[in-house]
Amino acid sequence: MPIAEIIITLIKIVFILLVILTGVAYYSFAERKIGGWIQDRVGPNRAGPWGILQPLADGVKFFFKEEVIPHHVDRPLYILAPALAMIPALITFAVVPFGSRITLFGHAIPMQIADVNIGLLYIFAIASLGVYGIVLAGWASNNKYSLLGALRSSAQMISYELSLGLSIVGILMVYETLRLNQIVVHQGGMLEWFPYLPRWGIFVQPLGFLIFIIAAFAETNRIPFDLPEGEAEIVAGYHTEYGSMKFAFFFMAEYANMITSSAVIATLFFGGWQVPYLNLAGFSPFAVAVIHLTAFAAKTLFFAFLFIWVRWSLPRFRYDQLMGLGWKVMLPLALVNILVTGLIYVVKY
Amino acid sequence: MLEKILFYTFGCGAVLTALGMITRRNAVYSAVYLVGCFCCVAGLYVLLNAQFLAAVQVIVYAGAIMVLFIFVIMLLRSDSPAEGTETISFQRIFGFVFSLILLFQIGFIMKAVVLTAPAAEYTTEKIASIGNTELVGQLLFTKYLYPFEVVSILLLAAIIGAVVLAKKKI
Repeated sequence: MPIAEIIITLIKIVFILLVILTGVAYYSFAERKIGGWIQDRVGPNRAGPWGILQPLADGVKFFFKEEVIPHHVDRPLYILAPALAMIPALITFAVVPFGSRITLFGHAIPMQIADVNIGLLYIFAIASLGVYGIVLAGWASNNKYSLLGALRSSAQMISYELSLGLSIVGILMVYETLRLNQIVVHQGGMLEWFPYLPRWGIFVQPLGFLIFIIAAFAETNRIPFDLPEGEAEIVAGYHTEYGSMKFAFFFMAEYANMITSSAVIATLFFGGWQVPYLNLAGFSPFAVAVIHLTAFAAKTLFFAFLFIWVRWSLPRFRYDQLMGLGWKVMLPLALVNILVTGLIYVVKY
Repeated sequence: MLEKILFYTFGCGAVLTALGMITRRNAVYSAVYLVGCFCCVAGLYVLLNAQFLAAVQVIVYAGAIMVLFIFVIMLLRSDSPAEGTETISFQRIFGFVFSLILLFQIGFIMKAVVLTAPAAEYTTEKIASIGNTELVGQLLFTKYLYPFEVVSILLLAAIIGAVVLAKKKI
């Protein structure tokens, strides 16, 4: 690998990390502000105009809080757990294509950190490691509520990971590749049987999309699936014993996971950086790159908004309802989806 | 150069985490070390151009099986070492002898088969041209179809067995 390529990759990594971390800060602000509007309140409005400096104030507060480590915890794992929650949340984005390619100084730079041939599997591998931060936090806290939260979380994540994995098998059968950039390229153009709609994953795999988005909500521990931290029953679940920056890590990991999930949903089911109904032939390559980047950002932002919208609209599930939905509804539906997709393929070819 | 650094990082990581796993008294720590070991081995698979295997290694072993292990360990609350651990008086000698035999066996197999075997038909270039995952899929549904189906029936039997054991009344 020539030096230039390494430098370009490093720049892309720093860029993505900066975007995600800033995104996390303003995502939490957006959540409070939109939550305020949905509930007919004002939301945070004291720090700066319209409260836009609130995330900065939060960050400063987290940094200057006293680090308290309770004496009854298992120290090494107690300290390791927040980091284990944060790392998977940040490295998943490595394979997500956030644009087509941009030409700078005669170099065509693909807007994706790593175009690996197992892109989709990589996302699932990293997502399946995300549970360790929560489980170890709950165990190391040495507290009954924390442990209950951790147990709930691991059971929930195992259950919904199955549906999540099976729901994308349909996508694999349709687009015949694991490379995320290829999947996006295949989503360009219009549907063969109904040429007024773009060939997006949601129109090819509607049931797969529904299962995927529900499972994604469960995997990110968001309402209506936020039982691991159900405050009415188990205080704050796995992060009951955490404070200051360590708590902030769990908090940031949740929002980073939501941003990544939104990006993956946009990539798999909404054409990623593709813009339908728009003939880009007359534009300069640079303008096309910017349009693609904007399209991807807009789609991701929409799903990020959906996460907030759902949170402030729905109540929390009961635990048995959660498990019943995961195993008795989602899993059979995901299998039916694979079966139907396969049947259509057999009839078609 | 980069590959060598990565190989030694993952290799040393795998050995150290494996040692950590068998020397810890606390079962949760052992499990965490084992997860680290699986991830290091997955890294080695990537260096060997077996990306699909690496991803499956992480998804199945580190992500699913070990989560279940930790789940069970936490449910049993066996975070303190078992008190009445039984020891057989001569188990150390036995262990030493058997590990020596195992070491010789590994060495023998390496010398007889792995190091001297002729190159297989799937070279790195060929794998790259067909695609890693595609090739695994093709082989599973052609050459290894029978073992593949037998394994799936075995797993089905295990699932039914687990349901029968867990449910008193069906």
